[in-house]
Amino acid sequence: MTRETPADGHLLNETEWHTLRALADVIVPPSEKYGIPGAGDEAIAKTIIKDANYGDKLARLVAALDTLNAMAQGVHSTVFAMLREDQREFVALTFREEQPAAATLAEQLVTQCYYRDDRVVTSLGMELRPPMPEGYKVEDGDWSLLEPVRRRDPFHRPAG
Amino acid sequence: MSQETVDVLIIGAGASGAAMAWSLAETKMHIVCLEQGGLMNPLAYPSTGRDWEARAQSDFATNPNVRGLRTDYPINEDDSPIKVANFNGVGGGTVLYAGHFPRFHPSDFRVKSLDGVADDWPIDYNQLAPYYAENEKMTGVAGVNGDPAYPSDNAPRLPPLPLGESGKVLAKGFNALGYHWWPSDTAIITEDYDGRAGCINLGACGAGCAQGAKGSADVTYWPHAQRGGVELRTRCRVREITVGADGMATGARYVTGDGQEREIKAHVVVVACNGIGTPRLLLNSKSPQHPDGLANSSGLVGKNLMFHPYAWIQGMFEEATDGFAGAHKLMRSQEFYETDESRGFVRGYTLEIQRGMPPVRTAHTGLRHGRIPWGEGHHDAFRKMFGHCTGMVAVCEDLPEEHNRVTIDPVLKDADGIPAPKISYTLSENSKRMLQHGVDRATEILKAGGATDVYSEWPIPYGGWHLMGTARMGRDPERSVVNEWGRAHDCRNLFIIDGSIFVTSAGVNPTNTIQALALYVADQMKQRLANATLFD
Repeated sequence: MTRETPADGHLLNETEWHTLRALADVIVPPSEKYGIPGAGDEAIAKTIIKDANYGDKLARLVAALDTLNAMAQGVHSTVFAMLREDQREFVALTFREEQPAAATLAEQLVTQCYYRDDRVVTSLGMELRPPMPEGYKVEDGDWSLLEPVRRRDPFHRPAG
Repeated sequence: MSQETVDVLIIGAGASGAAMAWSLAETKMHIVCLEQGGLMNPLAYPSTGRDWEARAQSDFATNPNVRGLRTDYPINEDDSPIKVANFNGVGGGTVLYAGHFPRFHPSDFRVKSLDGVADDWPIDYNQLAPYYAENEKMTGVAGVNGDPAYPSDNAPRLPPLPLGESGKVLAKGFNALGYHWWPSDTAIITEDYDGRAGCINLGACGAGCAQGAKGSADVTYWPHAQRGGVELRTRCRVREITVGADGMATGARYVTGDGQEREIKAHVVVVACNGIGTPRLLLNSKSPQHPDGLANSSGLVGKNLMFHPYAWIQGMFEEATDGFAGAHKLMRSQEFYETDESRGFVRGYTLEIQRGMPPVRTAHTGLRHGRIPWGEGHHDAFRKMFGHCTGMVAVCEDLPEEHNRVTIDPVLKDADGIPAPKISYTLSENSKRMLQHGVDRATEILKAGGATDVYSEWPIPYGGWHLMGTARMGRDPERSVVNEWGRAHDCRNLFIIDGSIFVTSAGVNPTNTIQALALYVADQMKQRLANATLFD
């Protein structure tokens, strides 16, 4: 099920690792405007691999990266990570169109790791904490909105 | 192989098994419950960690094939557009459910008489009403009395969940169109109740409630049942129900977590494994006395599988909504619940109003629906969506059709080598029309509430939360599996109490009805034990 972790701690080979980081940056690029890294950031990419190592996800992710590299090789005769930015975008969008299941897996893994990174969470104005144990405040709301419905006659259907 | 004999063996510690165990505890019989999963540890629930959204896609995923835990069994779902959502552990599916806890309507028990489709139930709303009340008391239900869509029940309810900002914009939408809405009856305690602490709006109800405010059966019924003397054995997976020469159930063979094969003898066997697990177990329990599977002389075990096909509709608003804080289900609308044939379909649906989405889910949703792009523009689009969404789902009544079924997969097996189930399911034309109607009405409501953008999806692929109909109840042994009080027609000491015994599905979440039925069956058993007619 899960891939055995080699002694050096890497679950992907070097080509796969660079491909993952390049693809993650295409999906969620760095932003100067918000002062946040792209999803290809080393720490985020490591989290992606860690999360992928569940069930058959890692194998599917590796297959997706291989497909992406094959597509890059087919068009530009080199691996995805070696392409220029505009070339990467084109190949990645083709990959998304032609391999929707693989692209969705990549999206899911990338976003579930990106949107819990401290730098990203902070930029969204959220506290760096899990929901438990503090929880959150939700306003009770305007219960006068229920008044028109309260005035309505019962309308459930008799059972015959 | 070790053997022992007990009075009652309950298989499955989920919603119905827990309710049955608690109810029977007062008899002081020797009752054992076997559960294939483990005891839940709320301190280990995802909401206690920063990776809580990611864990909802792995060890707390709703689909057992995605989750893939040792305690799960695989399901072949290739022939179904709707995939199963369940959980295997003490509390069963209630560990992950949203806690929406409505009752059925009186009309839901009379579908054939009123609408000429499906079948009537052999019991009615009034028979179940006291058991609904008992179940709601045991669980702790928040809500507001006086919903005009229901008959008066005068049930004691805890204060409702907060409406919040999501409730405000949606209530405005419903009111603008003159449509019904009402605060949901929800199995989430809004103040301390029965030794449990009230809701603190963790917003992660669907991955187990670390606070214990959500009424999952492991925190409602089981502590009481165990104090009453019921023995709960976890990591015990039943391979088959055994029978004697007379065709009566004699107990079960099961496998422990460390792989030991065991056998337990019982005078009464109660099956509570849900609408997939129950037919799987019965079909795996073949014998010369029951060659087509236990209690299957009608051939209906596994047939008439019903889900509730779900449509999901969400809107984006200029103003901020609640985001992900707070319980998921806050309101419901039953404007389109009862049959109106001018709509182009029979029966109806509930609109269940949801709050907002946490960051990862916002990103997934935005990407899937083309609202958030890859690359340039991703961050601006994300920020426009995050904390500015709310919406609803349409929970559509599914009618029973025999071709929708659970069978035993010829190849697939669980980790103990027990043959796994296969589901075959097709969405009916009636359901498709109902789903589209739900999308159209919900879109109107969201726009009337101020949504600037609305997007939708149906059916929700991983929305097979409600598993019903595969061992239906009825008076005719040729047209049903169990009788009107849950006893198998073919086997007079075998009872089935989960969603399998539903005749029709109604258009609301089934857990309150599943548990009310379990309490009703338990009472029927106790009455017949008292006058020695249980096996007549």
